[in-house]
Amino acid sequence: MADVNRGDRPLSPHLSVYRFQFTMLTSILHRITGMGLAVAAALVVWWFLALAIGEDYFELANAILTSTLGYIILIIALWGLSYHLCNGIRHLMWDIGKGFSLGAAYASAIAVFVGATVLTVLVIILAQGV
Amino acid sequence: MSFRTDRQRVEGLGTAHDGVHHFWLQRVTALALVPLAILFVLPFAYNLGGDFDDMRAAYAHPINAIIAILFFGVMFRHLQLGLQVVIEDYVPGKAMRLTCLFLNIGFCWLFGLAAVFAIARIAFTA
Repeated sequence: MADVNRGDRPLSPHLSVYRFQFTMLTSILHRITGMGLAVAAALVVWWFLALAIGEDYFELANAILTSTLGYIILIIALWGLSYHLCNGIRHLMWDIGKGFSLGAAYASAIAVFVGATVLTVLVIILAQGV
Repeated sequence: MSFRTDRQRVEGLGTAHDGVHHFWLQRVTALALVPLAILFVLPFAYNLGGDFDDMRAAYAHPINAIIAILFFGVMFRHLQLGLQVVIEDYVPGKAMRLTCLFLNIGFCWLFGLAAVFAIARIAFTA
């Protein structure tokens, strides 16, 4: 009997049963940015392959990546990476037992959003060659 | 009292049969990616927009090439561990879940090795 329906048990995390809280947004966004970055990583690797293959193919891949839509995607990915990095550090701090109080969790959640946005803007400015 | 046998306690692997290996490797790769992500993204963003010869010259440089290979290698390992947890949490049905888990392994190795191959080829042929 124990084996009945083993692969079909209810799955976590039942998002809809909880009252919405700001800190839960940071957790959900960590997963969403992680999954989104998989797509962005594939795109960038495809561009690197084109660079390795030859000039003709590179022109195509580069035209797509550096188009207006390409830059919009890259900037969203950059924010996602910055967010995942900042919130990742927050998780690593939790792993060593720091910042568990309710106040600290909210403060670090805000810091992650601010940090991710600052990091994104900083990279864009540095990329202009300042 | 514990119901575990002495041997199980010594092995310390628990019911998942691989102990804390997944958890630990996710943290180790995360820590490594803090500097690697920054060191990869800055020159990439700085050089992006250049023509074919500029970009090849940039990634033929040993420091850029080694950082990029390290970044993609560690990042795809971290991605594989992360996506595995997401799949285990959300994908219903044994067959569907197993399929997604296999596809995840394939995707991460394919793109991870493709990245390493591409950058090595650029560095050796530029």
